[in-house]
Amino acid sequence: MRRGTRPGFPAAAPAALADQQLRRNLGKATTTIRAKRAAVSGEMPDWETLREAARAIKADALSNLHQYLERLEESVTRAGGAVHWAGDAVEANRIVAELAAAAGAGEVVKVKSITTDEVGLNRALEARGIVPVETDLAELIIQMAGESSSHFLVPAIHKNRTQIRDLFREHLGRPGLSDDPAELAEAARLHLRQKFLRAQVAVSGANFAVAETGTVGVVESEGNGRMCLTLPRVLITLMGIEKVLPRFQDLEVFLQLLPRSATGERMNPYTSLWTGVTPGDGPREFHLVLLDNGRTRVLADPVGRQALQCIRCSACLNICPVYERVGGHAYHAAYPGPIGSILMPQLLGPGVHDSLPFASTLCGACADVCPVKIEIPRVLLHLRARASDGTGAGSFQERWLMRILGWVFRSPFLYRLGVRTARGLLARFARDGWVHTLPGYGAGWTLGRDLPALPRESFQEWWEGRGGIP
Amino acid sequence: MVGRERRHTVTFPRERILERIRRSLAGAHGDGPAPIPRAYRRNGTLPRDQLLTRFVERVEDYHAKVTRVRAHGLPGAVAAALSSRGVRRLAVAPDLPADWLAGLAPSLEVLRDGVPQLLSPGQLSSASGVLSGCALAIAETGTLVLDGGEGQGRRALTLLPDYHLCVVSTSQVVEMVPEAISALAAAVRDRRAPITFISGPSATSDIELSRVEGVHGPRTLEVILVEDS
Repeated sequence: MRRGTRPGFPAAAPAALADQQLRRNLGKATTTIRAKRAAVSGEMPDWETLREAARAIKADALSNLHQYLERLEESVTRAGGAVHWAGDAVEANRIVAELAAAAGAGEVVKVKSITTDEVGLNRALEARGIVPVETDLAELIIQMAGESSSHFLVPAIHKNRTQIRDLFREHLGRPGLSDDPAELAEAARLHLRQKFLRAQVAVSGANFAVAETGTVGVVESEGNGRMCLTLPRVLITLMGIEKVLPRFQDLEVFLQLLPRSATGERMNPYTSLWTGVTPGDGPREFHLVLLDNGRTRVLADPVGRQALQCIRCSACLNICPVYERVGGHAYHAAYPGPIGSILMPQLLGPGVHDSLPFASTLCGACADVCPVKIEIPRVLLHLRARASDGTGAGSFQERWLMRILGWVFRSPFLYRLGVRTARGLLARFARDGWVHTLPGYGAGWTLGRDLPALPRESFQEWWEGRGGIP
Repeated sequence: MVGRERRHTVTFPRERILERIRRSLAGAHGDGPAPIPRAYRRNGTLPRDQLLTRFVERVEDYHAKVTRVRAHGLPGAVAAALSSRGVRRLAVAPDLPADWLAGLAPSLEVLRDGVPQLLSPGQLSSASGVLSGCALAIAETGTLVLDGGEGQGRRALTLLPDYHLCVVSTSQVVEMVPEAISALAAAVRDRRAPITFISGPSATSDIELSRVEGVHGPRTLEVILVEDS
């Protein structure tokens, strides 16, 4: 039923699965990163205690969110920054666009930020005649390709070097370029250097913001972040309200967990921490835009709330057997993968993302690697239950099917009758001991797998036949 | 503090968001901070010589070169590093210790940022190298930490030139990240110091998740570790 009537994951997944190039690219990339993550988290004797501390810090931040946000506002303001509040994507885009326009910018340089993807900032800026320039290599790649991100950390993970070379040849006017990653990176360096030097306004996201001191942090690799955070006159940072950390000391936990979980490095090449405006060093104006956009809705669910603990490391994407096979685009979501499957339906409420909690095998690998110990399978089940108990968007047929099954399983008579009927029915479709295709409602089941034919007698019948307990 | 007038006009969504949070948390245990279990390692245990060895190994893991010298050998080591890289224009902070530059060839042009005026981004970008000190360094992660203190200059200085030569004294090396964060807290509180953690040269993993060194930041990072006497 879901497949026929709804767009989203069930409709997109088969096409993604059939794309062999995509599966090769993803398989290679996620295998590499999984091994690195395992090595650098394994060398930390206190990894588990760090995870527990991170979980507790985030839970504390969320349980007292209003207090910490007010404190953050006060700290940032005292340090010379300005704080803005955006209830939704439209408000956030308007604030950022107006600030950029007020600074007289025709072009803004951007640090990779999933939050700006979430609100669709680039389109909003373009609509006001402001050109957003993505400066992260992978963001640049997908901006050239006219695509959207498919991974938190490596938005172009679905592309291989040859595909990237072809894009660079076309868009940078460099027909002689090879597919050597070092040469491609060099081409991006040359292309963006002049843009950095003349940029007046930068837009960034934030990995953390410390309520106590007003310190905001961006974790990155290439140095494009440092360029954007340092050179332009005006810096605008868009941040989800859940990114607040209570104390400066809390950084010691996340700066250990995040790089090791994300790129599998002991430390990412560059981390920038700034506190308001520093005279003579960096931007003269700093604006922090705090974004709700559904986060307070997530906060209202005591079970689902923990999705807001996420630090966007992408370890759960890299280890997920579903993500590895379909990639990020199939989720049709700003946040793909296991975390996206629990975050998107909650952020947006009932709609196209209702099917995402079902896009999982519940194997639990995501929870094992999560550096902030989000119980992803538990929240997936919670959201599945919500989708099928009538409060969510479970289908009419599904609810009745489950109700009937409930009656059957409660009555020994109905159960035996049901088993006998099912055996008779299935036998008509079985060939060589296997059921390869079923009609109607069962067709979805046999689309991707064969079902063993039921044996001639059930365990109960066999047991009774041999006379019960001797 | 934000003025009353501004709060009413510009920040109207503020009250709405805070109210939604309060409503969402109603009934939750949201009354004040909860204690955080900090059972992780917070202080290093390595003896000094092993600590320094680890620092060198971890920096080298990022393909950054490390040279160890005694204090009197520093000017010579600086000059040797710059000449082997072919640096002709060197950018430095105005308060870089003068003796670090004592061994330089006269032909090498030294651009002092802020003397008499700040270098433009274009000038910084045209420098072929930058020499700086640091606030501290972390052995376990092979990280250099800059906080705009003595000999470090503003952030753009150590960003735009393609080669960064950083001088670390052995007394600046701590073992772990928590020790570094504790040491930095005062600079953040007292003078809102902007902080940069540097772990190896600029890099990207954006193409097939394989690491390539050198994108926008300095493509070559080199460290001179000076023995404190």
